[in-house]
Amino acid sequence: MTNKQLSTKHLLGIKYITRDDINLIFETTDQFKEVINRPIKKVPSLRDITVANLFFENSTRTRISFELAEKRLSADIVNFSASSSSVSKGETLLDTVNNILSMKVDMIVMRHPAPGAHMFLSRHIDANIINAGDGTHEHPTQALLDAYSIRERLGSVKGKKVVIVGDIKHSRVALSNIYCLNKLGAEVKLCGPPTLIPKHIESLGVTVEYNLRKALEWCDVANVLRIQLERQQTKYFPSLREYSMHYGLSRQVLNTLSKPIVIMHPGPINRGVEITSDLADSEHSIILQQVENGVAVRMAALYLLADKRD
Amino acid sequence: MGAGRIILSEQKLNLVLDRLTHQLLEHHGDFSDTCIIGIQPRGIPLSDRIVRRLGTLGNLHNLQYGLLDITFHRDDFRTRNEPLKASVTKIDFLVDNKKVILIDDVLYTGRTIQAAISALQHFGRPEKIELLVLIDRRFNRDLPIQSDYAGMAVDALDQAYVKVEWQEDGGGKVRIYPSKEDVK
Repeated sequence: MTNKQLSTKHLLGIKYITRDDINLIFETTDQFKEVINRPIKKVPSLRDITVANLFFENSTRTRISFELAEKRLSADIVNFSASSSSVSKGETLLDTVNNILSMKVDMIVMRHPAPGAHMFLSRHIDANIINAGDGTHEHPTQALLDAYSIRERLGSVKGKKVVIVGDIKHSRVALSNIYCLNKLGAEVKLCGPPTLIPKHIESLGVTVEYNLRKALEWCDVANVLRIQLERQQTKYFPSLREYSMHYGLSRQVLNTLSKPIVIMHPGPINRGVEITSDLADSEHSIILQQVENGVAVRMAALYLLADKRD
Repeated sequence: MGAGRIILSEQKLNLVLDRLTHQLLEHHGDFSDTCIIGIQPRGIPLSDRIVRRLGTLGNLHNLQYGLLDITFHRDDFRTRNEPLKASVTKIDFLVDNKKVILIDDVLYTGRTIQAAISALQHFGRPEKIELLVLIDRRFNRDLPIQSDYAGMAVDALDQAYVKVEWQEDGGGKVRIYPSKEDVK
């Protein structure tokens, strides 16, 4: 590896970065994982940088993870959530952001319900932008931490078989994961009820399997997604109970497989729906490692974007 | 493009490394409360050789030896011309109340050492920090930092560039160039 900086000024989505970028982020993450396991988990790298965390949509994990990453890099932070701001008074996104930037903010971490909001913003403002989720489009740092966790657990991502189970249609995690795993040379299969799998998704280089057991038998890693009821305007399946019977992961299903598999979940978990409670806490699950890696991956993304030169 | 002038031959370098090792043995005895930390990336070939010699000359094995990367602690992040890539930090012991010997190849402006001292504080509060370098460029300091053990003092102009060339077999030599651009 010879590249020392990212090819892009923003992290808008995995679609817009290269495999070399992803590998550079991973190599930097390795060093930050060491930092966050020190007695004093802080480095002064971003001490002259101010980051605004703009959350136009609810978040617990991602927001705390970004905030911790920023604090451990010694950045100054301002937090903003749509519910308690002038957005409710009718201000546009661009006006809101420009007002914040005029107070000398260097980087923006944003979650927004509209797909493409970050792309729009990147054409109008100068600060580095990190996408922390835009509607049903992309959630790049989640895909990076997922792939990093696979690399950590299985040694590499290349050649591994990953099945993404659940609500693919409404999941930005699924789309970012597809791009990321494809770029790193993994094979990706999607599994879920036909109503929750978008048409023509195979054009992204993935395969589809509607039978959960067959999909699990094929894979090394299962990334289980939550059913996003808040984004579903119509009924996509008869009941959660029926979904759980056909697409919920349980120890019974796992026991029928010929080899052990790794189980991941981006959170929040609906225990008893997409995964049983005991399986989520089992030795197969790397859900909490994913959360730990999330901070280190986000530190790497923030650090490398701050170091990006034109 | 000018060729570099050799200021420390392979034979002399070996003598210097032996002397530095003996100096450490004289000051630190059995190393029971002393640890060694090499600064990434260029201090490591030197610290590896010193640690190996402490084994052969002082019969000291199982030394507490760590690697420290200071990339995230540098004071020139975002102002350097070239971005830097971080290397591995591996310190699997606490430096609390220990004597620490920091090792780097060339002491020049002192900024790397300043960053290393600040990085080291994240691993505890050492009783004492000492600095061992192969080359001490005495007249080029930006900060009030001095070496405790130096292989060789070099008095050169600011723009001169000193390069330590290590060989896989354990040997090496040191060259001086009129400027960094003259290095092939």
